[in-house]
Amino acid sequence: MKAFAELYAALDETTKTNEKVEALTAYFSRVPPADAAWAATFLIGRRPKRLLESRKLAQWAIEESGIPEWLFAECYHAVGDFAETIALLLPPAQSSSNLPLHSWIEERLLPLRDADDEARRASLVSAWREMDERQRFAWNKIITGEFRVGVSQSLVVRAVAAVSGLDAAVVSHRLMGDWQPTAAFWAQLVAAAAPDADVSRPYPFFLAHPLEGAIEELGGIGEWQVEWKWDGIRAQLIHRNSRTFVWSRGEELMTDRFPELEALGAQLPDGVVVDGEVLPWKNGEPLPFAQMQRRIGRKALGPRILSEVPVVIVAYDLLELEGVDIRERPLEFRRARLEEIAPPNSALIVSPVVRADTWQELTVRRQEARARKVEGFMLKRLGSPYRVGRRRGDWWKWKIEPYSVDAVLIYAQPGHGRRASLFTDYTFGVWDGNELVPFAKAYSGLTDEEIREVDAFVRANTIEKFGPVRAVKPELVFELAFEGIQRSPRHRSGIAVRFPRMARWRTDKKAAEADTLETIRALLPPGVGAVD
Amino acid sequence: MDSLLQLTDHGLYCAGGDFYIDPWRPVDRAVITHAHSDHACPGSRAYLTARPGEALLRARVGGEAAIQPLDYGEPVSLGSVRISLHPAGHILGSAQVRIESGGDVWVVSGDYKLEPDPTCTAFEPVACNTFVTESTFGLPIYRWPPQAEVIAEIRNWWTANQKAGKASVLFAYSLGKAQRVLAGLLANVDVAAGPIYTHGAVENFCRLYREAGIALAPTMHAGAAPPDADWSRALILAPPSANGPPGLIGMRRFGPLSTGFVSGWMRIRGARRRRSLDRGFVLSDHADWPGIMSAIRASGASRVWVTDGYRAPVVEWLGQQGIEARAVETRFEGEHDETGAEPAGAEP
Repeated sequence: MKAFAELYAALDETTKTNEKVEALTAYFSRVPPADAAWAATFLIGRRPKRLLESRKLAQWAIEESGIPEWLFAECYHAVGDFAETIALLLPPAQSSSNLPLHSWIEERLLPLRDADDEARRASLVSAWREMDERQRFAWNKIITGEFRVGVSQSLVVRAVAAVSGLDAAVVSHRLMGDWQPTAAFWAQLVAAAAPDADVSRPYPFFLAHPLEGAIEELGGIGEWQVEWKWDGIRAQLIHRNSRTFVWSRGEELMTDRFPELEALGAQLPDGVVVDGEVLPWKNGEPLPFAQMQRRIGRKALGPRILSEVPVVIVAYDLLELEGVDIRERPLEFRRARLEEIAPPNSALIVSPVVRADTWQELTVRRQEARARKVEGFMLKRLGSPYRVGRRRGDWWKWKIEPYSVDAVLIYAQPGHGRRASLFTDYTFGVWDGNELVPFAKAYSGLTDEEIREVDAFVRANTIEKFGPVRAVKPELVFELAFEGIQRSPRHRSGIAVRFPRMARWRTDKKAAEADTLETIRALLPPGVGAVD
Repeated sequence: MDSLLQLTDHGLYCAGGDFYIDPWRPVDRAVITHAHSDHACPGSRAYLTARPGEALLRARVGGEAAIQPLDYGEPVSLGSVRISLHPAGHILGSAQVRIESGGDVWVVSGDYKLEPDPTCTAFEPVACNTFVTESTFGLPIYRWPPQAEVIAEIRNWWTANQKAGKASVLFAYSLGKAQRVLAGLLANVDVAAGPIYTHGAVENFCRLYREAGIALAPTMHAGAAPPDADWSRALILAPPSANGPPGLIGMRRFGPLSTGFVSGWMRIRGARRRRSLDRGFVLSDHADWPGIMSAIRASGASRVWVTDGYRAPVVEWLGQQGIEARAVETRFEGEHDETGAEPAGAEP
């Protein structure tokens, strides 16, 4: 736990990726393999199922700290991080633990799964007493699962590659799919050649960068394959050894959420991996994404929801054929094989290719995007391999301009982590007659400088407090950008938008000049009924 | 019981002695607890302050000001009250103000801390009926690590930066904090450690400290550095305000650098990360939560007024401990009583 707490502090103390990779590399080289496996697990955002409820943790921390609950709440508001608040409030540390990370997890944390509350409390309090302040903090991060320390999967991959001498793409692939953090797994991860034991293992996704600069700069349009950019759940459909797996890009195994795709797997030849987008689909076109959310939200998938919101996979690419990794073969080859294996009239739709002879023609066709319920174009260079991660050069996404609306800041709430105790989470309203109705929440898009200004405004112009939420004088106007718009009876405005963010602070506009609900309703797609 | 003090739009006022304590506008007679700018407003007709802080106050309010210095503990009668100044342990010359009238005793803490500090006289508990306390760090998350540990951390950070070929830029308030760090480093560095450079604002106060006989590690004004100075071995002390666009541009000449901030706010990770600092060093000239509570207990006061900072939780907590407490809205606060966000320069 000592080394892990030091690693966490080292990662937390620098914003420079090279220094983070160095700290990770040094850590991986000096700790036992089981520790390295657990650390990698947490750092790439995997974690064992959460065992302890926050409410109980807070209660035990409060008892151990000897402060009243209201004071704990005050402290939490000031700190903005639950794990850190507890670490700061516990009585001063009397000792420091030499027990390695994997022992803490396997011998102390995981057994709590079958323990009752009293045993859990006793075990946790004892853990806190054995640790110093840094260790308590790292431990709290582990048990609360809020493990963010600015380390992306790619940094962990770089560090493992440095430790093992392997290519980063190999490490990246070995870290995908279903594995358990054990010493044996770590040994396989860093081994020169390892047989793949995991039949479900997906490949790392290749992701596109937004197009930079003018479309003409890409060269001749003949060198590119153009597809619509669909808005669903990016996924890999795997069929190996007569078994089918669906992995989301968030590396969640979703096979049982999509029985249609599991059935589709049986129609595919063995040893195949398809990359695509899972979409709710009916009558030859996608349903609104809100329908997908409705389906995903269901615990049990009854016949009604399956018939109302059926899904398909719109297939972009073929990564494996006859059990062989074909990612290095050119795009045309993979595309041709994909078309060959696609079963007719099935839940697999090969992503249509958009034909255009000139960029100008394509630019005109881009205007069809909204009517087609897509987000724009994907541009893929012919001859390109299927790469790992988000890379420039071979794939670009060329999205249509977002919707934009001018709205008034009406509520603000403090953020978390690095934005703790600054008002950074905002609710915006638009005019409905003489009233501002809440329309969207947005957290991103402002510079640090602007955030400080808005924060000062909120403090000076609070008209009412609801817990941590402040109602403020309706004065500041922001241009909000968003990708999609739907009717929603769950929202007071009757409208739900997708990916809202602040595009600009309209210091040139007064609140009265903000948009009205009426103008926003006009953006709604025609003929789409209320959702749910 | 009559109130010896009232809060007015000029600050805390004692009618019996016709004086203000740390007024925020010019008045006829001001009693100044210490020379930080938000406590020492220029333009008053007469000032009373503790003798070790006289030169600092003069630097703040101007050479012509009428300043009457008072030794710690030396009583003086003003109108119908007797006052005396007692060490507050905040910065050089900082004082608590004791006011006595009839049998009633009030003590105004000013800013204070309980930790030892080689640059000023240690905080002295003064018995009173009513204690007026600051509450800048009045939440139990604020608990200071031992000073020696923090100084050693600064020292290690500096050494590590030297090895990595980086200049060490350390932000610290120019009056008090910077000198405390320099006094702490004195025992920790020898001449071979590397040069310590200072921003002009820091250097001016260092000079006044040295003139008062306080031993500090040797420093040189960064502006007077030779053109070929090797910044990669240097520690550079600058006020926090230099961690903004103009100051940062000026810092380009130091080459590769690591930044640190010495402040009680650094106890919270978010406060450090928000400023994009590499390191935070938890060292404050204010009392932490245990410090505030122990100062209140030591005063024996049955009534407490709470100013500056986390007034609401401190008042609530004291009430639950059976101590009559009320919040007093001084000008020294932004809104950090509730959310912990500190306005720029909130910790002079």
